[in-house]
Amino acid sequence: MAHAYTPGLKVIPKTLVQKTRRLPLKGEVTVKKGQHVKAEEVVATTDLPGNVVPVNLANMLNIEASEIMEILIKKEGDRIEKGDIIAETPGIFGLFKTKAHSPASGTLEAISGVTGQAIIREAPIPVSVQAYINGTVADIIPDEGIEVSAVSAFIQGIFGIGGERRGEVSVITPDTNTTVTEQMITPECKGKILVCGSFLTYEAYKRASALGAVGIVSGGFNYGDIKRIVGYDIGVAITGHEETPTTLIITEGFGEVHMAHQTFDLLKQHEGKTASINGATQIRAGVIRPEIIIPLENEKQVEEKKAELFGMEPGTEIRVIRAPYFGMLGEVSELPHELQRLESGSLARVAKVKLYDTGKEVLLPRANLEMIENK
Amino acid sequence: MKYEDCMKSEAIRSILATDCGSTTTKAILIEKQGEEYRLVVRGEAPTTVEAPFEDVTKGVLNATKEVEELRGRQILDNDTIITPQKGDKGVDIYISTSSAGGGLQMVVSGIVKAMSAESAERAALGAGAIVMDVLASNDGRLPHEKIQRIRHLRPDMILLSGGTDSGNIKSVVEMSELLKAANPKPRLGINYKLPVIYAGNQKANEEIKKNLGEETDLSIVPNLRPVLERENLGPARNKIHDLFMEHVMAQAPGYKKLMAMADAPIMPTPGAVGEIMQVIARKENITVLGVDIGGATTDVFSVFKDPDKGEPVFNRTVSANLGMSYSISNVLASATLPNIMRWVPFEMDETDLRNRIGNKMIRPTTIPQSLEELKIEQAIAREALRLSFIQHREFAVGLKGVQKERTISDAFDQSSSGETLVNMMDLDILVGSGGVLSHAPRRHQSARMMIDAFLPEGITQIAVDSIFMMPQLGVLASVHEKAATEVFNKDCLLRLGTCVAPVGPINPKKEYMHIRFKLPDGKVVDKGYYLGDLELFPAPYEAIEAEIIPARGVDVGSGPGQTVKTNIYGGLVGIIIDARGRRPFVLPEQPAERVKKLQEWSVAVQEFEDR
Repeated sequence: MAHAYTPGLKVIPKTLVQKTRRLPLKGEVTVKKGQHVKAEEVVATTDLPGNVVPVNLANMLNIEASEIMEILIKKEGDRIEKGDIIAETPGIFGLFKTKAHSPASGTLEAISGVTGQAIIREAPIPVSVQAYINGTVADIIPDEGIEVSAVSAFIQGIFGIGGERRGEVSVITPDTNTTVTEQMITPECKGKILVCGSFLTYEAYKRASALGAVGIVSGGFNYGDIKRIVGYDIGVAITGHEETPTTLIITEGFGEVHMAHQTFDLLKQHEGKTASINGATQIRAGVIRPEIIIPLENEKQVEEKKAELFGMEPGTEIRVIRAPYFGMLGEVSELPHELQRLESGSLARVAKVKLYDTGKEVLLPRANLEMIENK
Repeated sequence: MKYEDCMKSEAIRSILATDCGSTTTKAILIEKQGEEYRLVVRGEAPTTVEAPFEDVTKGVLNATKEVEELRGRQILDNDTIITPQKGDKGVDIYISTSSAGGGLQMVVSGIVKAMSAESAERAALGAGAIVMDVLASNDGRLPHEKIQRIRHLRPDMILLSGGTDSGNIKSVVEMSELLKAANPKPRLGINYKLPVIYAGNQKANEEIKKNLGEETDLSIVPNLRPVLERENLGPARNKIHDLFMEHVMAQAPGYKKLMAMADAPIMPTPGAVGEIMQVIARKENITVLGVDIGGATTDVFSVFKDPDKGEPVFNRTVSANLGMSYSISNVLASATLPNIMRWVPFEMDETDLRNRIGNKMIRPTTIPQSLEELKIEQAIAREALRLSFIQHREFAVGLKGVQKERTISDAFDQSSSGETLVNMMDLDILVGSGGVLSHAPRRHQSARMMIDAFLPEGITQIAVDSIFMMPQLGVLASVHEKAATEVFNKDCLLRLGTCVAPVGPINPKKEYMHIRFKLPDGKVVDKGYYLGDLELFPAPYEAIEAEIIPARGVDVGSGPGQTVKTNIYGGLVGIIIDARGRRPFVLPEQPAERVKKLQEWSVAVQEFEDR
């Protein structure tokens, strides 16, 4: 491919982070452009249409649907309470009347003379959107939401579960290659975002969650243990809505993998500060990566470079993202132009890479390399 | 040149066709050489629907640029494809398909799940959609549950059907009331109305308009099941294509530009693959089973004859969550670990296998570097293909609910309407495409994967799409059938060979089948096979006279115990004699024994012989 490149995960010490905070339906924006907002502050609200309760009056009253219009007690648009009579048959000489009671409170939205069906709409459901990060309202999307921005340290993970959380960054391993076990989790983790090294055991996650940690960032984790947390197989990587109180962000991949130094060092540098995190991941169609945002309160300006999408070149720092060298870091030393045959027998574009760990130079398919973006 | 003119035109000299997939945009250049059309070069580039580009045409232009460089002649004038061809510059036609941005996602609804709802599902699948849910009056869900479900899903389009044209309208109107109450929103953007197609009882048209005319962008087309005995899927499918162009594609970044560039309507990728399969089945009067295994989804297409009417019936299914990258973890979830492990030809740790699968899901563009990784990936592919095929077989059935006329001789026949049309013994050719099949390092591996997953019966040809260009040829078939079929036969379809597989119970100690044939190199094969045997005879794609004598009760195509004399064909791989058994096909239970057998079979068909 002439223009192939593999964008890496971002690990940026200082950048202008801009997040769109949008309502699911049109509503009201409650803040103004330029206003400073706190992460928990509501910036837009709306009412989702209430739940709908259909009820077939004709069936309830044992009459033809076409007769229903003549025996209505309530009419379309009326407000009704649960138990109210919606329709009533005339009975015989005014006796033996049959009544259709409303199964829910709300508004009688529609009644059909074709099907005999009434639609009751329950009260609207209020929905609001918070700012998510401490920052400034950079832009207003009329009736829909805002763009909030803040100069921040910004780190992307590769996979996460659980939604938006906020907490203090707490690094619990001395280095990038330590496995975190249950014994290393203490009650001090309550309300915090724990940063681990190469691997987190399932038992350690459970204990941290039970003690009230809001988030955990780890280099690796066992894929099979994700199912033990959420209770089902995550077949397609679309996450973020899991009902776990502790958001989990994996920075490198499944299995035991050292956290990249850049990631670990940046988190260590901001230990004690408050971060906003989100485990939401979507690999397909509109890639979303889990993220860690640490707003830098006193930084107002950042010189923004326009994102340039250069391909790999000699000197580019990379991470290997597939076996047999999975997780290793290195530097591209050469990019042979010709396709090369791999051990598997496939022909592929390759790169010669000097691995930091071993100092060895190896030929690896370019598709299995990820550039480390730290600028 | 507009596509209406292309149909008549013999003057077309060159065609550029692109397929905008979810990750890669592929371009092929076809040129007329003498009297025939041939593929000349292909190029590819990353698809640019997502940020930071958000313009699909950039990927199209990049792929075209590669074609231009490889062909050594100008096709682009800055950001424009030069059409028609002027001298050596440009091409006469430019066409495209697309599955970028998640393809076309639909919800369909009918009254009876096994009748109108199933017909609606067939119409949507045939048009190239992914069906997110099938709603029916009798689907076991309460009305409020249906409403919740509709509200939760955000489809690109809804197809509403139900009722024959003479039937009562109550149920279908009721469904429209639920739809209205749910007030569904389209997936892309909140600023336009959701397209809804009504293809049900035409007596209900006015009521449907009353219920849905305001809130949705409603189109009414003829009933897709006007009488129980007949489906009329054409009008609904065409409407789906129109709305896909007008609404869904128009919302995706850059598609308005792409539509203006193309000389024919842009087709959803699977819809286009279905087109080419049907053209081939019709032209050669054969039964076809095709599979396209992608990163996120696996499509299965078939053209089999309806045993009652004798007419070819096309079916397509899409297994939306079975694929080799984005959906690979779902293959693990659906197939379960033991079923994947049964194809891995060495012992390995289960946690390690799970982690490798998880890592492929989160880094979908990586490729197997080591032989071990390749074998694992091909083991998973077998299960993805097998599961997709099971779904297809269950869906590709005759119309249900049809009263069959029965004669006295049928009186003891227990068959009912709604039986699967997929009869593997009748299958002429099995065609595979998609990365794991088209790009396998050795074609022998592709053949093995397809045989293991589909378990063809009797005598079946096996082929692969060389470089996955069926989508482009599908859309080309709709504008220039001659060019499409010529390129399909000469450049697209790679004939791998023939699989000969006896079916039926056998005592393992007795001979299963005896086969005699003479290979083009003069070698004579006259040999008996026992249960569990697998053998390859390398042979070119030429007719080879063969005599196959099955054991008593065993079938190779002419009925139990009947000898078959026919021509069989080799190919890039050759003739594969597969006496491993069918119905059931069983692998050894014990891991060590299973691994030994898998390794033996690998050697027998030269899967990894180069290494």
